Amino acid sequence: MTVIDIGLGAVVLAMIIATYRILRGPSSADRAAGADVIFFGFVGLVALLGLRLETELVIDIVLACTLVGFLAALSLARLIAGGKR
Amino acid sequence: MSPILDVLGVISMVLGGVVFAVGAFGLLRLPDFYSRLSGVSIAAGLGTALLLLGLLLHFPTLENALKLGLALLIQLATAAVGGNAMARAGYLAGTPATPRTRYDDLAVGTTDGPKPAPDDSRGAD
Repeated sequence: MTVIDIGLGAVVLAMIIATYRILRGPSSADRAAGADVIFFGFVGLVALLGLRLETELVIDIVLACTLVGFLAALSLARLIAGGKR
Repeated sequence: MSPILDVLGVISMVLGGVVFAVGAFGLLRLPDFYSRLSGVSIAAGLGTALLLLGLLLHFPTLENALKLGLALLIQLATAAVGGNAMARAGYLAGTPATPRTRYDDLAVGTTDGPKPAPDDSRGAD
């Protein structure tokens, strides 16, 4: 049990709340917002795990995830609009 | 690594996790999709920036500074663009706003100009 575990618990709580929003969300736009939070939470979990396990390998993973996250948000937006621009 | 940078890195990462939780709590409590997106933007912008900063403070080398600086720049630029695209797509799909919304400025040209929301039923405050 270290201090980092508090951050890990907070991010996991955020992802659980976002999952609730995906399951419950009244519109598909709300579900897309929840999916976006889950993606960023995954990136945050990878970063926190790198600090917990004392490895620098995660920095490359985080860089790749930030590159791909943009495409995730844009494709989710495209999915909500149903192909309209 | 020097212990003071180590402690600063851990503090920054725990703060980032807490900011994530605050943004997700906004996702739970805010009334409609458009205001929930502000919670998403808080988690994506400030939360991820604090996490990346903590990672850099924990492993302070020049190579890591280059990688994490690039990741931070991309993250801050694309979180704003992605959030804007998602809000626009939600508006195009006709996502309902909360009844407390008073003006719909994006309705210019589609109907008869900016119009107040149908019933001016704001909350008691």
